[in-house]
Amino acid sequence: MIVCNGLTKVFKIGPKHKEDFAAVENLSLEIPQGQVFGFLGPNGAGKTTTVRMLTALIRPTRGTAKVNGYELGREDTQIRRSVGILTESPGMYERLSAEMNLSIFAKLYDVPDVPAAVGKYLNMLGLWERRHDPVGSFSKGMRQKLAIARALIHEPQTLFLDEPTTGLDPEAAKTIRDFIEELKTEGRTIFMTTHNLDEADKLCDIVGIFKQKLIAIDTPAALRSQLFGRTVVFHLGSVNPEWAVMLTAIEGVRKVETLENKLVISLEDPEKQNPALIRKLVELGADLQFVGEVRHSLEQIYLETLHTPKGENA
Amino acid sequence: MNHIRTLIEKEWAEIFKNRMVLMSFILMPLLFTGIPLVMLGTMGTTSISGSAVESSLPAGAMALCPGLSGIECLQITVLSQFMVFFMLLPMILPAMVAAYSIVGEKTTRSLEPLLATPITTIELLVGKALSAALPAIAATWLSYGIFIVGTFILKISPAVQAYVFNPIWLVGILALGTVLAIISVIFAIFVSSQVNDPRAAEQISSVLVLPVMLLFVGQMIGKVVISLEFMLTTTAICLLLAMGLFYLGIRVFDRENILTKWK
Repeated sequence: MIVCNGLTKVFKIGPKHKEDFAAVENLSLEIPQGQVFGFLGPNGAGKTTTVRMLTALIRPTRGTAKVNGYELGREDTQIRRSVGILTESPGMYERLSAEMNLSIFAKLYDVPDVPAAVGKYLNMLGLWERRHDPVGSFSKGMRQKLAIARALIHEPQTLFLDEPTTGLDPEAAKTIRDFIEELKTEGRTIFMTTHNLDEADKLCDIVGIFKQKLIAIDTPAALRSQLFGRTVVFHLGSVNPEWAVMLTAIEGVRKVETLENKLVISLEDPEKQNPALIRKLVELGADLQFVGEVRHSLEQIYLETLHTPKGENA
Repeated sequence: MNHIRTLIEKEWAEIFKNRMVLMSFILMPLLFTGIPLVMLGTMGTTSISGSAVESSLPAGAMALCPGLSGIECLQITVLSQFMVFFMLLPMILPAMVAAYSIVGEKTTRSLEPLLATPITTIELLVGKALSAALPAIAATWLSYGIFIVGTFILKISPAVQAYVFNPIWLVGILALGTVLAIISVIFAIFVSSQVNDPRAAEQISSVLVLPVMLLFVGQMIGKVVISLEFMLTTTAICLLLAMGLFYLGIRVFDRENILTKWK
């Protein structure tokens, strides 16, 4: 579980380190145990800085946070013990074997049975056959898998994944995504930063859209609903432009657009409004062929949220 | 202790898998041992007369070797310079490794996952320092041991052997050399944690050999007389300096700065 209150990080920048730059401003959020949280934002938004603060690598300038029940700044060693981190770059020891890389970290995390833990994750991530090879000879995907194994070697309650699939080919990215799916079932809290919005949509229970400040946070479905409502498309044999005006009068209908032989209708609650709409269209003599719900992509939500001034979204 | 042991295990695995670093740990002690032995051997078999050797020695040199022959005095004069090299060896050998230890991990991006573990700053610095210093100290002691054995094999005169094996050099190489190795690695790690370029760390760290070089020059020109008191006092002062440097190293080791500053 992660709870932050007003977490802020200000860096000193400029030629004489006298200018203040707020990388993270007043971040407050709560991620319940076992949830996958997607932290979305453009490059330089402060995502990595947030991960570094929450993993006790850097100190916040202001604000408080609790990670797995441990207070940031006072119980940093316990935080480090209870979290695993996949850093933006795998940062493995290239001359050493995969097995030795994991074994070193298992020992640093005081894992009781090091060979068992190392064997478990090498097998799980399909690296057992290459365990004696130097990591320098590994592909990018294999290094990333090994870095995930390193983050998990001490069975942390919370896992921080900083852009886990960035730069990987589609197959390697899918393997990593499938593995994260598996981790979801184990009840760990996962804090994931990503640019891949499809990935976030598939994996995350909650997403936060962030650019120095937290702009929006909710489930992907709730964000869709807040921004766009829910949209239903009625495919008709032909469309009479007057129908759009008539349908707008029905309670719960937000907006009706005509698009070729289709009516695109934003609704508050399609389960309630669809029967009335269908009845009305049949009554008007429409040749109803097909009805389907439009699902806005997380990319649309992300772009809409980032580019809409705060306060205009809701 | 477990974290320190793990870090040493990791550092050694990395150091000794790098052939160039491994070669420097082997080659330099070999040279420092081989050259004086070759010189001693050559001087022992010289056909030049004792009086000719005496006249070639620096003024006053014979006064420092009462009761010894010209050849023996020449051997001792040459040896006294090389014995200082044995004190220099544990400073030079680990400096490069220690200078790379923090900034090297920073540039290969392996420092962040390491700092994210529960390892404390003291454990990290002690582990890094010992992993660089211990092989250098071992190599120096081994070289000195080989050198002593070599003097027996070459049948060097007992008077010269007594000079090689006397308490001054035992303290100088075994105690002061060890402390100098520790100072060297702490200083190099301190520099390594403050810079962003491994080359800069290596360059800056190498300045620490200058005081020992001054000792070498001072002794060569007769301005410094190395005695047991000198060695013991210098060892004590250097020990205090090592402790002070270590304390300073811990105080200025700022995880945040190391991870976030790139200029």
